[in-house]
Amino acid sequence: MAASTAAPLPQYEAVIGLEIHAQLQTASKIFCGCSTAFGAPPNSHVCPVCLGFPGALPVLNGAAVDFAICAGLALGCRINESSVFARKNYFYPDLPKGYQISQYELPIAVDGAVEFTMPSDSAQGRHVRVGITRAHMEEDAGKSLHEGFTDSDRKTYVDYNRSGVPLIEIVTEPDLRSAADAAEFFTRLRALLVWLGVNDGNMEEGSLRCDANVSIRLRGNPTLGTKAEVKNLNSFRFLQKAIEYEIERQTDLLEEGGRVVQETRLWDAAAGVTVSMRSKEEAHDYRYFPEPDLPRVHADPARVDRIRVAMPELPPVRRQRFVADYRLPDYDATQLTESRAMSEYFEAAVHAGAPAKAVSNWMMGDLARVLKERRLDIACSPVPAARLAGLLSLIERGTISGAIAKTVFETMVATGRTADDIVKAEGLTQIDDESAIVGLIQGVLDANADAVAAYRGGKTTTFGFLVGQVMKQAAGKANPKRVNELLKRALDS
Amino acid sequence: MTPFGTLREIRDAVQSGARRAVDVCEASLATIESRDPALHAFNTVVRDRALARAAAIDRHPSRSTLPLAGVPVAVKDNICTSGVRTTASSKILETFVPPYDATVVQRLEAAGAIIVGKANCDEFAMGSSTETSAFGPTMNPWDTTKIPGGTSGGSAVAVAAGMTPLALGSDTGGSIRQPAALCGIVGLKPTYGRVSRYGLLAHASSLDQIGPMTRTVDDAAIALSVLAGHDAADATSARAAVADYASALTADTASLTIGIPRTLIDTGVDPEVGKAFYAALDVLSGHGATVIDIDLPHAGAAIPVYYLVSTAEASSNLARYDGVRFGYRAPSEAAGPGGRMQDDLKAMYGRTRARGFGPEVKRRIMLGTYVLSAGYYDAYYLKAQKVRTLIRRDYEQAFARVDVVAMPTSPTAAFTLGEKLSDPLQMYLADIFTVSANLSGLPAISVPCGFTTSQLPIGLQLTGRLFDEATILQAAHVYERHTSWWTHHPPSR
Repeated sequence: MAASTAAPLPQYEAVIGLEIHAQLQTASKIFCGCSTAFGAPPNSHVCPVCLGFPGALPVLNGAAVDFAICAGLALGCRINESSVFARKNYFYPDLPKGYQISQYELPIAVDGAVEFTMPSDSAQGRHVRVGITRAHMEEDAGKSLHEGFTDSDRKTYVDYNRSGVPLIEIVTEPDLRSAADAAEFFTRLRALLVWLGVNDGNMEEGSLRCDANVSIRLRGNPTLGTKAEVKNLNSFRFLQKAIEYEIERQTDLLEEGGRVVQETRLWDAAAGVTVSMRSKEEAHDYRYFPEPDLPRVHADPARVDRIRVAMPELPPVRRQRFVADYRLPDYDATQLTESRAMSEYFEAAVHAGAPAKAVSNWMMGDLARVLKERRLDIACSPVPAARLAGLLSLIERGTISGAIAKTVFETMVATGRTADDIVKAEGLTQIDDESAIVGLIQGVLDANADAVAAYRGGKTTTFGFLVGQVMKQAAGKANPKRVNELLKRALDS
Repeated sequence: MTPFGTLREIRDAVQSGARRAVDVCEASLATIESRDPALHAFNTVVRDRALARAAAIDRHPSRSTLPLAGVPVAVKDNICTSGVRTTASSKILETFVPPYDATVVQRLEAAGAIIVGKANCDEFAMGSSTETSAFGPTMNPWDTTKIPGGTSGGSAVAVAAGMTPLALGSDTGGSIRQPAALCGIVGLKPTYGRVSRYGLLAHASSLDQIGPMTRTVDDAAIALSVLAGHDAADATSARAAVADYASALTADTASLTIGIPRTLIDTGVDPEVGKAFYAALDVLSGHGATVIDIDLPHAGAAIPVYYLVSTAEASSNLARYDGVRFGYRAPSEAAGPGGRMQDDLKAMYGRTRARGFGPEVKRRIMLGTYVLSAGYYDAYYLKAQKVRTLIRRDYEQAFARVDVVAMPTSPTAAFTLGEKLSDPLQMYLADIFTVSANLSGLPAISVPCGFTTSQLPIGLQLTGRLFDEATILQAAHVYERHTSWWTHHPPSR
């Protein structure tokens, strides 16, 4: 079976819901004091509680609850004033207690929605609304290491550093209709969680993971088709490809007169296919029941309000404000609010005195290029916002030209010095002085009598050539506007 | 000094320097050495550790103020002791040495108590006779052909036979009170949440509670003041204020109202037990108490509710004993041609748990798994929780009229070893008067109230309001003052 095309046959419609696990950015685990830091030597961030030792008891980390409430609010959810932890029972070596402490019947957040506009070629993008069924808190399991040891053919090792790391699981309604929409939603969701500081967005380290429930049905049919749950979608690309593959697979099945069976499938990134992991019959009976070791979680209105007030301005609000306050085009405002760090950089540069549109242009141009080349986040930019503002002020004041500014910027990136420093030390200050420019012009006119004659004969296109020659003589430092004026005057006189 | 010195006598003598803690400890160890071969109260005796700690108490700068200075104590073997084997009387933990102390152990030792050993119990505190211990039964010192009760049978026998003046027990459905009654000592189950469960190997988390077992009410009061109090490591531990319970035991009369659920008691209680019980009530009403009849309409459902709730929780609590991280793991089995190892994870779990757990533990894991299974949860677990609420309400209504509810602790005196082991239902009915205190979280105490014609002890149970241990201690103390049952000791051979 080939899964080459993205769209199902036109008579079919895909129905997709996502389940996203996001690690909450607490310093310590959800039920004990162990560190959540990634990359420590195996089994070095463990204690009796997160190892599930006999007699050890969980104690809830309040910071994890605050993060979960914050995420819930940003997803437009209602925060349950009283929510309940439950045990999800199953056996696996990386699950130390034989149950995962999760939330089941009364999760912390319910009934939200995320709305966004799909980018498209037309000026008006398509509006998408994805309902959020719930967001609940739970603990992560440890990590089974099946490979990389000399005896890996016979043994599996387990690292429990991740055991007890706090997560929220976000479950969407089956509102998505295409792989592209799903990928865009997941991109937006990731950006939002990172924006809030709730999650670090690092999918390679597993702090953000996604599973997809995919089914298809005949267009217009109100009942849902049988779904397959696809796991292991740890990149935007895999998510999109796996859903595309799954839609194709299910369409082919139905077209061949077969039917979709309810099962869990695993995305095999190397082969580019989903493979069956377990059928519905083999599915675990998790035997959920309320966790007797933990009292109910209370999220009283005062606590929720405190978190709401402390929340950063959210991307759509900030985008609108950028358009209104800084008179930025919608495109610029959208780009600048893709991440909280970017929008903060922008505002810092503007507050330091630089013109808003110039900051935006530089951020999307030279700065973006440098950051991309160096694989740096804007928060670690070699040119901090205040220094970019310094450079732009020099242009604004006419101290340097835009062309010189580009060279100065490269030097700033390479050396970390301020624009002022570089301009002074290297004598890059723009030549504004009329007599100096007139002197340069005279030299050029003398040396290029042919071109002068041509211009005066009506071939005005040689004007540009002459400007270039003057700038060359000035090593680029002459004020281009003045050069234009004065050259014109000299030629026309 | 006889081995039957009270906790208070020993404590006072060590505090004042009249006796050295080391000598007290030697005497306790000597009694264990002479008596335990016939009784098997202990799974582990820690002679060297105990003597070293006793010597430290003798040198302790604030010895004169330690509330349990030099008091030898037996700790039930389901309570974690750092560096000392903690088995829950199960083969699956036969060699398990916890790297941490239970909170109660820390509190005991900080108060100057000397742990002399780990007391035998029913496996994972499941049973009513201490016969389900993987290491053999404990014998009743009043008649070694009889069971001592359970599950804290070893703890009860250590105290009854004069090995230690104090033992820790745990009580999930009567496991402190019933063996106390059957061995002729005092056993107190505090209010749920009064004493930290951190480090107690969980049987049923919403029912388990640790408490003291002593020879006098005064001693139980002294011990409770040490054990009780909020613990940040146990999210279910209460912040309720802890009194100096012993100092409050001054009254000679108990002017309170005692309620008796006569219909419940009169159905199925042994006549000798009934006689002793009503005689005890006469003593109390002779010293200020008013006795009235009350109705606990749902008490008849307590046993089924208890066995649904406790087995459900136990099936989950015992999942961590999987052979992966600690405790017993069944050896790999060579199979197939050439003896190649054909061991998969499921087989390892299966063999480990089949060989590591005894029949009663397996029975309860299976019951509990069934109770929580998809399709049965509502009919069993959820319904049991609803009836549990009704049972709690019965008591709330009763406590609007009375201060204390009195019942026999056990419907019969000690039965013969092996008599009920093959009949689990008969065994479960031994808990008829005790389980409702666990289901409703109420504090309850058992005090000696007589003997059968064959010289087997009988216990009186007094149940109080939530966090009102003071009242039941007071009533029990008044009863003890006006009777001499507590001065009787079992024969030394």
